[in-house]
This record gives sequence, structure tokens and C-alpha cells, in this order.
Amino acid sequence: MNRKRLTLALSLLLLAAVPLAGSAYYTELVTKVMILAIFAMSLDLLVGYTGLVSLGHAASYGIGAYTLALAAPRYDPASLWVTLAEAVLAAGLASLAVGFFVVRVKGVYFLMVTLAFAQMFHFLFHDTDLGRGSDGISISFRPDASVRGFTPFDLGNSVHAYYFVLVVLLLTYAFLRLLLRSPLGHALRGIKSNEHRMQSLGFPVLRYKLASFTIAGALGGLAGYLSAAQFGFVNPELFGWHQSGNVLLMLILGGLGSLTGGVAGAFVFVAMQELFQALTIHWQLPFGLAIILLVVFLPGGLASLPARLRPPRPEGPFHV
Amino acid sequence: MSEPLLATRALTKRFGGLTANSAVSLDLRKGQVHALLGPNGAGKSTLINLLSGDLPVSSGRILYRDRDITRLGPHQRSRLGIGRSYQKTNIFGPFTAYENCRLAAQSRQPRPWRIFSDAQAVPAVRRAAEAALEAAGLAAVADQPAASLSHGAQRQLEIAMVLATAPEVLLLDEPLAGMGADEAHRMVELLQKLGPDHAMLLVEHDMDAVFAVADVITVMVNGQVLESGPPAQIRASPAVRQAYLGDDDGPPGAEGGAAARPAGSGGRSA
Ligand SMILES: Nc1ncnc2c1ncn2[C@@H]1O[C@H](COP(=O)(O)OP(=O)(O)O)[C@@H](O)[C@H]1O
Ligand SMILES: [Mg+2]
Repeated sequence: MNRKRLTLALSLLLLAAVPLAGSAYYTELVTKVMILAIFAMSLDLLVGYTGLVSLGHAASYGIGAYTLALAAPRYDPASLWVTLAEAVLAAGLASLAVGFFVVRVKGVYFLMVTLAFAQMFHFLFHDTDLGRGSDGISISFRPDASVRGFTPFDLGNSVHAYYFVLVVLLLTYAFLRLLLRSPLGHALRGIKSNEHRMQSLGFPVLRYKLASFTIAGALGGLAGYLSAAQFGFVNPELFGWHQSGNVLLMLILGGLGSLTGGVAGAFVFVAMQELFQALTIHWQLPFGLAIILLVVFLPGGLASLPARLRPPRPEGPFHV
Repeated sequence: MSEPLLATRALTKRFGGLTANSAVSLDLRKGQVHALLGPNGAGKSTLINLLSGDLPVSSGRILYRDRDITRLGPHQRSRLGIGRSYQKTNIFGPFTAYENCRLAAQSRQPRPWRIFSDAQAVPAVRRAAEAALEAAGLAAVADQPAASLSHGAQRQLEIAMVLATAPEVLLLDEPLAGMGADEAHRMVELLQKLGPDHAMLLVEHDMDAVFAVADVITVMVNGQVLESGPPAQIRASPAVRQAYLGDDDGPPGAEGGAAARPAGSGGRSA
């Protein structure tokens, strides 16, 4: 798989070079895309590798974001490292609690209960004092990266923020790759392929699904946290079903079950959004059409492009 | 005689108005191949599903080493050492034959939560998977996706996966169905080899195979045990001949597999 490695390395170089172009707009835009890419990869663990299609993944995103907003002191910056850990933990614990119920149902019912749980969180932050209502919360100061007086970088600087998010993206990717290589990762793929047989071979399938749901939620919380840190603002729409729908779309556009597909999907999704918004105020119409065309004519997503462009080969063994 | 490893007491399963298993009591002992015969629809697969936990019982009890396991889930029973194969092939199609067996063997790994270890690098799991493939005659196709294997090879894989979990009790639902003659011959040899240190319940329509490996035979009709005993007793039983074969062609197995197969069983089709 040399060509794949090459593509990855080139994409990485390109990503690393974006801030060098000197456009603050594009630096911040690509930061946003990388955050969405982390979000899409976290959902891929659930949808692409475990076979659990969630329509409520935004709940973890919202919890991660709100953790920063609620934990940050009003007149001081919050500690990046402490609040980041809190956000991941909060989203992970919430997913563990929700997962306890939802992993018991399958298929379209799983879709519905995950959606229902996310809507409950939306309600909780929209209609109660917990999240200060529909106006949301402004975060006056960006999280401070200092450790014992030493400040390695400043998230207020968009170039610093860019590279920080890029590193988090790479770490998330590496973490998921390791996870997928482990016995747990293989068991999750087995569950996606044939849950019944996994059970019969002695795997406590519900526990594995719960592990997947919790880890996906914790990483979704990580993405939500980064988004709150970048924009300095949270509101209940972070929990909204369209947020869950969009990340699922990115994943489908990019290709399920390949990690890099989610990243590519996030880029294409935002690029199309930008393009059509620049062309027309009725941008959602061509945007929707483009998505439909992509899904119809590229069913395996962008991740399937290399295989399509190469001359067909006899199918090789499936190495997991 | 040794204590039963797995036993049922008055096991009953109803599907709505249909009683698929009616007060079935039988004992599976270590070192004994217990064949289960009966025409299609007799309730053989249902009994295996009850024993493996794939289906909940309506009434009655299941005992494993004198422990009541009637309410345990399928994965818990599998972990106790009760392994089963399926009449309708139930494998991981996109994975290689090796990965199918490796995954099965992985289920016995003591520490499955070490998320930074390499699943492929556990020697005990590797060996168990390779041994199971070898035993089932699949070593040559280990790296092929399971879905691309021939029907017969998929049936062999079905058994190999059970073996990779190293069970004490084997519940095999028509393991020979769909195999070619060579594959079936090899499988019968394997069953004979497994007999001494397993407790085996063998559902099989191939009478040659049954009489070649069985130590005890139970005949089921309409969800009920018609007769149970050593092969010679079953062969000679007028009731079995009457009810099971529906005519008096002669004792099961007397003229070889084909003639003795129950009417409507569809021979070796899965
Ligand atoms: N899940 C089920 N729901 C309803 N009826 C079933 C189910 N499984 C089996 N049956 C019925 O129970 C009877 C016994 O079936 P089965 O155990 O598969 O027989 P055998 O394996 O001996 O051919 C049949 O009449 C079958 O239609
Ligand atoms: Mg059957």
C-alpha cells in the first residue's frame, strides 16, 4: 500500500502548509474542518466499524463544548489541559450512561433512541437554567495552555490554534488506528459483520458495543471542546439533529470504515458549503443536489476513489 | 458411567401454538457422541438453540455440571465451554477463513481490553486458529475471504470456528450437510477423533456417518423423544422404523446412507 502512504504523506504536508499561505480566513476555516474531521472519525468508530448508526452523535459534541463554557471562570482563562480532560471525561461518561440503554436496541430503533437522547440533551440545555437557555454562553477567554508558568502556545493566535488542532487530529487518528488493531477493534468489526455469531462465540456483545459507544462519545466530546475553544461560544444548536445528520453525511461522503474517509468527507462537505454559499443565497439547493449526486455515483465514498481509478484487480484477501 | 456434562430436564419450547420441544430430557457425557435423529421439523435445531441459549426455554431446566444454566445468555454458555455450529452457515463473510477462526479463538483471551496490544500478535490465539483450520481441512484456503469459499468449505469453516473456541461440549447441527463426499469423509474422521474428549450432540441426516460415530442415539419426532439408546437398539426398534421412516424399508443404516435418509430431508442440502 505504498500509494496510500504517499497520498497520506502528501495530504499531511499540504495540511501543515496551510497557515503559511498567510490567509487568516483559510487558516481558521481549515481549523474548523479539522475539528469536524475529528468528529467524523469518532462517529466512524461507531458507524463504520461497529455497525451502529447513530443519529445523536451531536450530543457528545455539545457536551464537550458546554463543558468548556460551564467550567471556564468568568474573568480568567480556563486551563486548556484541565478543561480538555474534563470535556472528554464528561462526554465519555454521558455516552456510557446513554449507551447503557441504547446498545440494547438494533437497527432503525437504535437510530431513533440515539436521536431521542440527543433531543433530550438539546432540551436540557435549551429550556433549563443549566445551559443558560437558547442564547447560549460566550466564553470570554480562550483556554490557556500554560503548564506551571510555561506557555507552549497561545490558542488566541490562529496559527497556533491551527497547529494544535492538527496535532489533536493526528493523535486521534493514531489512537483509533491502534484501537482498531487491538483485540477490541477486531471484535467490533466482528460485531458489525455478524453480531449473532460473535455472541455465540462467547463475546459479551453488549459490553463491546458500550465500549465503542463510550469511546466514540469521548472523542466526539473532544471535537466539541475544540469547537467551543475556537469560536468562544456555545449554544444548544450544537446538540441539534442537523449537527448529527451533517457529521453522518460527511462520513458517508468520505466513506465508512476507513478513518481517512471521514477526514476527506469533512473537507468536501465544508468546501462545497463554501463554494455554493459564495455563488448563491439559495446555496442549500445545489449543495443538496451535489451531495445526492456524490452519494449516488460514488457509493463507497471518497475513500473508494483510489480503488476505482486503478484498473480492476482480482479481489485480494481481506486483512483486518 | 461418567456424570453428564450437559443435561436437560423436561425441556419444553413452544412457538405460539406449536410445541417444538416437548419435555425433552437427555444427558450428554464426556467421551460420548450422542446423535440426534428425526425428520425435518422434529425439533432438533430448536433443542440445540435451547442448549446454546439462542432461544429462551418455555419450561424445563438445563444443567451444566449440575449447575442450572437455563437463564444464561449464549455468550456466557459459550464461555463455560459449550460450543455450537449452525445448520445454516453463520460465518463472517468479509473476513478471511483465518480471521474467522482467529476471532473465535480470541474470545478465550483472558484480557480483551488491552486496547494498545496487537490482536494478530497473540501466539496462543494464532496457534488455536491455525490448529482449527488444519483440523477442518482449510489450511490451504486460510487467507481467502470466507464469502468466496465453496459451499463445502464454508461448512468446514463453520465447524473450525467452534473448534477454535476449544469447547468441552460440542453441539453440531448437521455438520455434513452441503459437504462433498471427500469433505464429509474427512469430517467424519474428525468427529471420531473429537469423540473421546468431548461431549457431543450430533444432529445429522447421513446415517452412515451417524452409525460410524454415535455411542448413543436419540430419535425425536414432533418435538418428543421417541426412543433413546445404543445404536443397536435404535436400529432394531420397530417404533423408530415405523415413525421415523414412515414405512418398513428396513432398519436405518442397513443399506447405506441414501436409502436410509428420512423422507423429505433433502439429502445433504443445508
Ligand atoms: N423461531 C421459530 N419460530 C417459530 N417456529 C419455529 C421457529 N424455529 C423452529 N420453528 C418450528 O419448530 C419446529 C421444529 O423446527 P426445527 O427445530 O428447526 O426442526 P429440525 O431441526 O428438527 O428440522 C418446526 O415446525 C419449525 O417450523
Ligand atoms: Mg434443523
